[in-house]
Amino acid sequence: MTFALTHEQEAIRDAARSFARERTPVAHLRALRDACDPVGFSRGLWGEMARLGFVGMVFPERLGGAGLGYAELGLVVEELGRNLAPAPLLATVLGGSAVLLGGKTALREATLPAVCTGERVLALAHDEGSRHAPYAVATRAQRDGSGLVLRGEKSFVLDGHVADAFVVVARTSGAPGERDGLTLVHVDARAPGVSALRLDVIDSRNVARVRLDGVRVAEADVIGAPDRGADVLDRVLDRGTAALAAEMLGGAQEAFERTIAYLKTRHQFGVPIGSFQALKHRAAWMFCEVELARSVVMEALRALDGARDDAPILVSAAKARVSDAYALVANEAVQMHGGVGVTDELDIGLYLKRARVAEHTLGTAAYHRDRFARLRGY
Amino acid sequence: MSDDLEGFRQDARRWLQQSCPVSMRGPPPDGDDGVWGGRKSPPLEPDARAWLDRMAERGWTAPTWPREYGGGGLTADQARVLREEMRALGCRAPLKSLGLWMLGPVLLRYGTEEQKREHLPPVVRGETRWCQGYSEPEAGSDLASLRTRAVLDGAEYVVDGRKIWTSHAHLADWMFCLVRSAPEAPKHQGISFLLVDMSTPGISVRPIPLISGASPFCETLFEGVRVPARNVVGRPEQGWEVAKAVLEHERALISEMRDERSSEGEALEDVARASGALADPVLRDRVTQVNLDLLANRLTVRRALEGIQARGRPGPETSLLKLCGTEASKRRYEVLVALMGYQGLGWSGEGFDARELQRTRGWLRSRASSIEGGSSEIQLNIIAKRVLGLPD
Repeated sequence: MTFALTHEQEAIRDAARSFARERTPVAHLRALRDACDPVGFSRGLWGEMARLGFVGMVFPERLGGAGLGYAELGLVVEELGRNLAPAPLLATVLGGSAVLLGGKTALREATLPAVCTGERVLALAHDEGSRHAPYAVATRAQRDGSGLVLRGEKSFVLDGHVADAFVVVARTSGAPGERDGLTLVHVDARAPGVSALRLDVIDSRNVARVRLDGVRVAEADVIGAPDRGADVLDRVLDRGTAALAAEMLGGAQEAFERTIAYLKTRHQFGVPIGSFQALKHRAAWMFCEVELARSVVMEALRALDGARDDAPILVSAAKARVSDAYALVANEAVQMHGGVGVTDELDIGLYLKRARVAEHTLGTAAYHRDRFARLRGY
Repeated sequence: MSDDLEGFRQDARRWLQQSCPVSMRGPPPDGDDGVWGGRKSPPLEPDARAWLDRMAERGWTAPTWPREYGGGGLTADQARVLREEMRALGCRAPLKSLGLWMLGPVLLRYGTEEQKREHLPPVVRGETRWCQGYSEPEAGSDLASLRTRAVLDGAEYVVDGRKIWTSHAHLADWMFCLVRSAPEAPKHQGISFLLVDMSTPGISVRPIPLISGASPFCETLFEGVRVPARNVVGRPEQGWEVAKAVLEHERALISEMRDERSSEGEALEDVARASGALADPVLRDRVTQVNLDLLANRLTVRRALEGIQARGRPGPETSLLKLCGTEASKRRYEVLVALMGYQGLGWSGEGFDARELQRTRGWLRSRASSIEGGSSEIQLNIIAKRVLGLPD
């Protein structure tokens, strides 16, 4: 059961599949974790991914990208998700999209080519509280002469401690929670007043708390219209969320396949445990949930590429479905593996951890069901 | 898309605009189950009659069947274009029929030349209505344990036994059924697929009232019913294989009927808004979960149809469509009735309007959807075995 892929898409998927399997298998994440690697990903492999076109996939060719779409990016991140590959790709999609969609020409040209080669990591600094809430922004950006001064703290910035620059969502008017009054600005990570605290989270991926303490930025670094930053931010979040959904789909697919393989080989009572109906039916339900999630994720990616009006609603549908599907599969995978399922030695637990972090990143299933309802007008 | 296909689209659009009566466009009125054909149906309304006859004359009630059996002789692409054009104009199906959806594909694959010539053209024209005789009182989910006997006597089988859950048997002209013709053989290998004229002496039919108050299902009794041996489809004792092919078409069909948004019924949020239930965040979230189910199913059906068209016939993944489609429909009705509160509890009479009563009856009817056509548990078994390859 498939939506047909074009020959080019098949080639991209195959390239991503062999890269992820050979270069960033789960053992790669383990090695970084066990070594307490200060960077949290391999700059060498990131460069390889850039040369393969993965990093700049959705950015225009004239800015150093591959000029492809989200359907293609989805194929790549799905394979990376299958292998829990740590790389600042989601941060790149978020930060890069903000610059692409709202940045002034000079900023785009100064930034995006280096992002696409993997030399510069660009992150989006948006959430401030304990959960995803794009307009709950208290960080202030105050006019000061020809520029702005930023003060505030961002709670959960993907790849925040390794980013070379941030796209910061700040408030120039109004109160936290209001959609109006937001302004996006590009901030160099080395600017005085910027500090990042790396957080040690369960999935061993890169997240940081970022403080902005009187950081000065120039007018040229404002992205989109002042006070109307949400117009850019909404689109940026849709793109990032769709990419994350594809990553989660890959993780769910892999955890599911590993579990089915285990059900066929693990023997108890003299028979494979996969012959027990109590497990068969649950396995079959997992299959259904992953396939249903796949249909919605693929449609959301296509809707983004087609610039369709229903893209935002499909993105929320995709994140809601895949969050629930990944949680179901990861939980069942651990349970069905029995005792070894809760050991650190087996990879399955790493999928459970990633599923939990990814569910909260850019909004939980409940957040996206609420957004889906609001977009449908109820 | 090729120029030929675009030309076909233009021709089809023009012809449909001229031929489909305006009254046969748009969603059917409440309680209108469409045209099912057959000799026992009451005479059709003139527009429904004309629409059926015009479509049948072109063979477009069975677009992909060969022309020599009354079909339209269209390619899969042309049939898709025809469906798209019908959808765009809002044309209702001119004919609904188990003969079209289930028997036809199987006769085309397993039937003799004589069987195809005898049975397919009247199906295309809506002249014969077929029912399916599979389940028995002691053979439900374990269908292969069926016991209706067929004993060869010269050129005829003598059939004795009892079929149950035969949908609309009291309105059908013919039945395709499974009978045990080789009682000594292992259970899957002693079954034949037999076509039976419902007017044959010895057949009696009794409708079964359901919890919804309707009686779409019947019990059919066979007592010394004589059926020509040439009415076996495939080889004698090949019936299980033939039946499995029918079941896959049935499963695809049950979910394909849910492909169209219009067949998903009224939007739950509209019902919730009208009843004030949107203010309850729990009910609002339940509405959204159902909406996501419907969306995910609709997109998955579309994906699966692409695969079925590419392969030419359905595979075991139709079990996913049947399972998820019917389970989602049940959840939808659960929420629909929950949104109505006390008004969702009426059975008949004053105090409840027609729509409220219909929703509640629909909820009761929906409970059968995950039992008929292979229960949800059977679908899970099929997915586990045939898709996931889990061992017996």
